[in-house]
Amino acid sequence: MTTLLTVLLACYLLGGLLPLCTSRPSLQSSLAHSSAVAGSTAGIALGLGGLFAAQPLTVSIPSNIPYLTFALRLDPLAAFFVLTISLVGLAASIYAYGYVREFTGHVSVGLLGSLLNGFLLSMTLVVMADNGFFFLIVWEVMSLISYVLVVTEHERPGVREAGLFYLIMTHAGTAFIILTFLLFAQETGSFSFEAFRHPDQRLPEGLRSIAFFTALIGFGAKAGLVPLHVWLPYAHPAAPSHISALMSGVMIKTAIYGLIRVYFDFFEGQFLWWWGFTVLSVGAFSALLGVMYALMEHDLKSLLAFSSVENVGIILLGIGAGMIFHTYGLDELAALGLLAGLYHTINHAAFKALLFLGAGSLLFATHTRNIEQYGGLLRRMPWTGLCFLIGAVSIAALPPTSGFVSEWLIFQSLFLSVQLPTLFLKLMLPIVAAILALTGALAVACFAKAFGLSFLAQPRSPQARHAVEVPVSMRIGMGFLAASCALLGLAPMLVVPLLDRVTAPFTGVTISDKVLAFDGWVVAPVTVEFSSISMPVLAALLVGAGGLGLAIARLLGKGAPARYSRTWGCGLPLTPRMEYTATAFVQPIKQVFETIYQPTVKLEREFLEQSKYFIRHQRFHSHIEPLFEKYVYQPVVTGLLAAAERLRVIQAGSLHLYLTYIFLTLVLLLLWAG
Amino acid sequence: MQVMLQIGLVFMQLILLLALSPFIVGVIRKVKARLQCRRGASLVQPYADLAKLFGKQPVISSTTSWIFTAAPYIVFASTVAAGLLMPVFISHTPLNFAGNIIALVYLLALGTFFLILAGLDAGSAFGGMGSSREAIVATLAEPAMILSILAIALTAGSTNLSTIVHQSALLEGMVLAPPAHLMALAAMFIVTLAETGRVPVDNPATHLELTMIHEAMLLEYSGRYLALMEWAAGIKLLVFLTLLVNVFAPWGIATSATPSALATGVAVYVMKVAGLAVIIGVIESMFAKLRLFRVPELLGSAFILALLALVFFYTLRG
Repeated sequence: MTTLLTVLLACYLLGGLLPLCTSRPSLQSSLAHSSAVAGSTAGIALGLGGLFAAQPLTVSIPSNIPYLTFALRLDPLAAFFVLTISLVGLAASIYAYGYVREFTGHVSVGLLGSLLNGFLLSMTLVVMADNGFFFLIVWEVMSLISYVLVVTEHERPGVREAGLFYLIMTHAGTAFIILTFLLFAQETGSFSFEAFRHPDQRLPEGLRSIAFFTALIGFGAKAGLVPLHVWLPYAHPAAPSHISALMSGVMIKTAIYGLIRVYFDFFEGQFLWWWGFTVLSVGAFSALLGVMYALMEHDLKSLLAFSSVENVGIILLGIGAGMIFHTYGLDELAALGLLAGLYHTINHAAFKALLFLGAGSLLFATHTRNIEQYGGLLRRMPWTGLCFLIGAVSIAALPPTSGFVSEWLIFQSLFLSVQLPTLFLKLMLPIVAAILALTGALAVACFAKAFGLSFLAQPRSPQARHAVEVPVSMRIGMGFLAASCALLGLAPMLVVPLLDRVTAPFTGVTISDKVLAFDGWVVAPVTVEFSSISMPVLAALLVGAGGLGLAIARLLGKGAPARYSRTWGCGLPLTPRMEYTATAFVQPIKQVFETIYQPTVKLEREFLEQSKYFIRHQRFHSHIEPLFEKYVYQPVVTGLLAAAERLRVIQAGSLHLYLTYIFLTLVLLLLWAG
Repeated sequence: MQVMLQIGLVFMQLILLLALSPFIVGVIRKVKARLQCRRGASLVQPYADLAKLFGKQPVISSTTSWIFTAAPYIVFASTVAAGLLMPVFISHTPLNFAGNIIALVYLLALGTFFLILAGLDAGSAFGGMGSSREAIVATLAEPAMILSILAIALTAGSTNLSTIVHQSALLEGMVLAPPAHLMALAAMFIVTLAETGRVPVDNPATHLELTMIHEAMLLEYSGRYLALMEWAAGIKLLVFLTLLVNVFAPWGIATSATPSALATGVAVYVMKVAGLAVIIGVIESMFAKLRLFRVPELLGSAFILALLALVFFYTLRG
């Protein structure tokens, strides 16, 4: 285990340094990405080892700085997140071999590769850190590296603004995390997580509630919870696609890790009932709004980023339900909720990274991210198309893929609210289940749009018409994740025992035996009588019924070969302009939910001079109001700028004046100290 | 022996679903025809249609990808798989363990997903229009469906369909709350009309371009592909009708696997779904199709009914 850890650190560090020693882009790329592949392979082994280890691996190096020790601890929770990070890291690194060719010439490939290694290393260290101070340092390193990666293509319009927005939001979040740790440290006099875990005396009730909120805000800003999500749809798409995959797939999961660590580990599962309910409500809100904005997005990568907001919300539904059950001492159900949330965490890491890599391939092949410019790509890029389809079916939570298993488990834990003692929660949890159902249905529509309008019908632009399939390394990266999605969906009997080892220390019960009935063929939350699914049987049923359809068609149809002909275009030759566009596809949804979207449509027409029945030009512009940016963030920004304007009075630019300020401050401080 | 019996039951259920679904479609058409003072086609006409379609050479649009030809099989497979998960004529259906009611709903959603893709693939405006409308109708129907299912699941203390049906059939282990049941039934009925593309949400008999939803997505299909799609639509209708009759009125269903009980179960089941098909035929003749943007109000009321069912359940139980 220690060897594995050393290998991992060495690989990532070498991967961070070596590419900078040479100037040949191809060599830089091989060096950086080979190290990243080796490092993340070691990470997968380390994660699996950590999950099965009887005792958590701990490493601690003291330092001269007070409060700071370089302490690492690999308990099952950390191991699970190391596994998730490394799985996606491996796929992204393989993919990057081919993908960074796109950047040769205008961005330093060596620097990009080196930062990739640094990013993977910092994320791995974040989930392993066992000291608050050390955690904050690697958290900050992770945020800064991801910022630099976001602004890789800073010469493009909008990228710098996105980066700045991200930088501000992530630091506001970090401030709240620091506050959380300070609250704990104040009580224990130490920044060690071990001390947080077993304090001599507990924080008073009021301070605990404050710590609950500061943690929720601090980690929520990184996870992209509504209303702190506004930076995410700008920053994630701006980065190179394999980095977007890492940011959306795993970096936001470090925030989920932080929340679980603080709530279930530091608070030792002692919750007030409304904490769980708050988490649940925030989750429901994020899930619904995330998918609604994703639907309206026609930039494929922004769509995926908004969908991350949705999925983080779904993960929080599981965790929130777990917290509520834990409050009322229903330990098995608490374990179920937490397990469902974690299952969705790894699933989302796999399929969201897959979809981002797919979007990267489309960008590689067509040089545009606009869905309206795609079309007909399945015939030109069959492998990318197949992988993207697997990702889309998974994220839409359709059986027999991975997303379905975790969403099903979350549904079950919400349904089991019957066992809660209070009527309010009994009624609220089913309503949350209905919100989840709406979210799921909107996700089906959203990804039918994302896949259907990108890959099907005729190409709607010259770029799409001339697209060719991406290099092999990129296909391998996507194929690996597609296979992970399939495995996570078809084999819950392999995943649930692993997750059970993560949740057991926090809830005090192991539920793996109960959740997996009939030798693992059936997944049943707590009792088989309440509900059950069997993923292998469902998959077999689908294949069998499909085969039956094929057999019937063969038998009755005598295998008549099909004739190919053009689609009927009402007598006109069919052109791509006759196709439904992404805007048209979502129009009914936009109209039905217009209270949320507040759409505005502007139509400018210019007529011929001779007659107003003939239009010369027509411009159509439709716009959706980003509610939170307009009503929450804009007033804050305006207020800040106004305050800064006022403060300019004291900035006269004269050295003497500044010396006077320093002198006055010194006098005040001396007075205060004395 | 036991395993053989269970496998036998699965195949019996499969054959019954495949064989009965065209008949149900025929019954609805017949009822509508009679109410319009027409004689109407014979009840075996849908079977003849299917046989004829299977024998015809299909024409495939040259703009399509493999999704277009794969979609009919996937839609057919997902619908049949959903049908096998629910109790039809015996309350303890053998494949019950493979998926509960949520799995059934999501299997049908898998079919809808590929149907939407198929509608987009041919590249005509009609297909896209149908897909876009199907997406909104399916989106609005799902929350109401999940809530009404939950209201019923609560009364039986299970989300496994077999347990729900078995307990309702024997009236044991149930919490009786008739208002909750009735409201959930009403909600579920509205959802059935929406999900199976019936008046007032969609009109299966029209090919008028401005109103069609389901038919628009199938517009480019022909031959065996069309046959599979039509058959799958029939099975989906039957699945929803079966859910309605077996969850809300399971009486007469076989509760054990004896030959006499099975025979009664099948006979009663056919009569019940045929009766429900007559009701749907009458409703289709009585109501006009709603404008698309009035559908949210209808499905919204289904949602509210389901929510009320839940509230009633908890308040009546005290």
